[in-house]
Amino acid sequence: MNSLLNALLVIVLALNLFALGTSRIMTVIKVVSLQGILLGIIPLIMEEHLTLAAIFSAAAAVILKGTVIPTMMMRAMRDVQIKREMEPLIGFLPSMLLGALATGFALLFASALPLASEHTTPLLVPASLATIFAGFILLTTRAKAITQIMGYLVLENGIYIFGLLLVGAMPLVVELGALLDLFVAIFVICIIVNHINKTFSSLDTRRLSALKE
Amino acid sequence: MTLTLLLFPFVAALIAWLIPSNRWRPWAIPVAGIIHFPLTLAAVFFADQPYPFEWIGLDPAGRLVLLLISIIYLITSFYLAGYLHYRLERPNRIFVTCLLCLLGTMTMITWSRHLGIMWVSIETTALCTAPLIYFNKTPRSIEATWKYLLIGFVGIALALLGTLFLAYSALHAGFEPTLVLSELLHNAPQLSKPWLHAAFVLMLIGYGTKMGLAPMHTWKPDAYGEAPGAVGTLLAGCVTSCAFLCILRIYQICSAAGEFAFISPMLLFMGLLSMAVAGIFMVGQQDYKRMLAYSSVEHMGILILGLGLGVPALFGTLLHLFNNGLTKGILFLTAGNIHRSYTSTSTDVVRGALRRLPVSSALFLTGFLAITGSPPFGPFISEFSILNASFQTEHFIVGALFLIFLLIIFIGMGATVLLVVQGDDPVTAPRTAYREGFLTIAPPILLLVLVLALGLHIPAPLNDLLNSAVKFLENQP
Repeated sequence: MNSLLNALLVIVLALNLFALGTSRIMTVIKVVSLQGILLGIIPLIMEEHLTLAAIFSAAAAVILKGTVIPTMMMRAMRDVQIKREMEPLIGFLPSMLLGALATGFALLFASALPLASEHTTPLLVPASLATIFAGFILLTTRAKAITQIMGYLVLENGIYIFGLLLVGAMPLVVELGALLDLFVAIFVICIIVNHINKTFSSLDTRRLSALKE
Repeated sequence: MTLTLLLFPFVAALIAWLIPSNRWRPWAIPVAGIIHFPLTLAAVFFADQPYPFEWIGLDPAGRLVLLLISIIYLITSFYLAGYLHYRLERPNRIFVTCLLCLLGTMTMITWSRHLGIMWVSIETTALCTAPLIYFNKTPRSIEATWKYLLIGFVGIALALLGTLFLAYSALHAGFEPTLVLSELLHNAPQLSKPWLHAAFVLMLIGYGTKMGLAPMHTWKPDAYGEAPGAVGTLLAGCVTSCAFLCILRIYQICSAAGEFAFISPMLLFMGLLSMAVAGIFMVGQQDYKRMLAYSSVEHMGILILGLGLGVPALFGTLLHLFNNGLTKGILFLTAGNIHRSYTSTSTDVVRGALRRLPVSSALFLTGFLAITGSPPFGPFISEFSILNASFQTEHFIVGALFLIFLLIIFIGMGATVLLVVQGDDPVTAPRTAYREGFLTIAPPILLLVLVLALGLHIPAPLNDLLNSAVKFLENQP
């Protein structure tokens, strides 16, 4: 079971680097949705006896992150002229290298953390830290509003991985509440992105600079 | 009754959504306030069963914040009805619905005794407030909303990570992973220390972003500057108080774990930094609404500073939460009136408001005196009490810096406020059809009466409530 889990987590980590290295926004959306689907499946292979609640929350996560959110993002992309991320603060290759470096450090750092004995072998903790970091890079170095949201989703995925260690702490109500919030958040953000595009004729958030001291 | 209080704002939101008339819909806001307030009073003062469920219950800290929210909401709701009456050209369906949902989620935060539910509710407040900030639909308000959402979400995500770390600290110590407050408090001394420390730092940064502590405050001047004044009141008085309640929860867990010595320097540092940053940006500030946002950063700093001083300052800190919320109401509501009349928030345009809007301007000026800690208003008592505690706990440098920052802020804020209210009303300044009416004047007057009353005498029920909250946060039975 652990080897399968680790294999999936390695794919998740590879997807992080892929999302960091590409300039096509469409590809980033697809990569992040694939990551969401993989993470939705993981709780099912981790649990020895599946409960109905676990299946339900996994299905909700897969549907939301795998289909609903990507569809919403692609619809938001439809009206936009530029399909590529232009002039990121840190280039695509350097940010990919930075992501790889962070993954390495996360592995080293996690081995130094005081973890419960059953959590030392699977890659959950380092994968979580590396994914959070990758999300931060996307969020802070990209200029297009949609790529920044993708960064937020990767960040959220990283936190979700950590949550996998804590089966039982988060009741179903809270998990579904968090998913519902995520859905509404993306919905609201899509509306705002649409208005940014209409008002500023661009999705470049560097144009949002009227408010400052 | 619990369920009524928790659910009716959402029902009201649904009803408001279904009301077809743009003219009558805003009245759903005061109606909800009128229902919410007596239910709150009953829950706060007459509830014999404190925790009906394990996850949902009203403890003394929650009671205090719930009472504050309900008072501010009730008073502001009438102003909002008046405000939306002036803005009938704009559809207000989403605005009213989101406002009622906001009341519901804030009530939920005060009732939640499960840190997961608390977190979900806080995230929902961010979603409910975004359309409120975006009400004017100008390019500037889009920018403000975008920054508010993005910074807010990252902050809330960090708070979630901190919450998970807290559950892991229980798991690492050999307990079932849990986020139920009473269980965490009960097991606090045994929780795994490194994870507890990490959880505290992340939750302070995460919920601190929602409160608007420096250096995570950057969304605040933008959002408060662009949102309608009454929304600023709810953001600065209610939403920040809810975020502060979340920090109180982790503070209480850390204190119960005997880790106060670890968290105290961080709280003091964040508090002083927020006051310093607010002071720097308030001196020479040309936008009076942004100035109010920095004043909010300052007072969030004072609250966190008070928390860092520990038990001797707790009473003053909780009282300051009340004073700050009510006084911010006066300032934001009257600033909204001035903005409505001049259509500008810049002191280049807005001069001599005392001649044009005598009541609003006089209230604005008095609100400034109150918020900067002049006697005989409420904030003077609470700030003095925090200062007193800093000397009592031998934090002399902290106390001295606290005074210096208060002085700088008084001068900086005073310069801007006087520019707005004094002098002649320039002929070139734009003038709208807005006239001071009962609905936009009575709410800030009522708030001022409350702030003045709190400065002269703290009523016995509130005093008992504050004392029981202090006792609760000290983890005394």
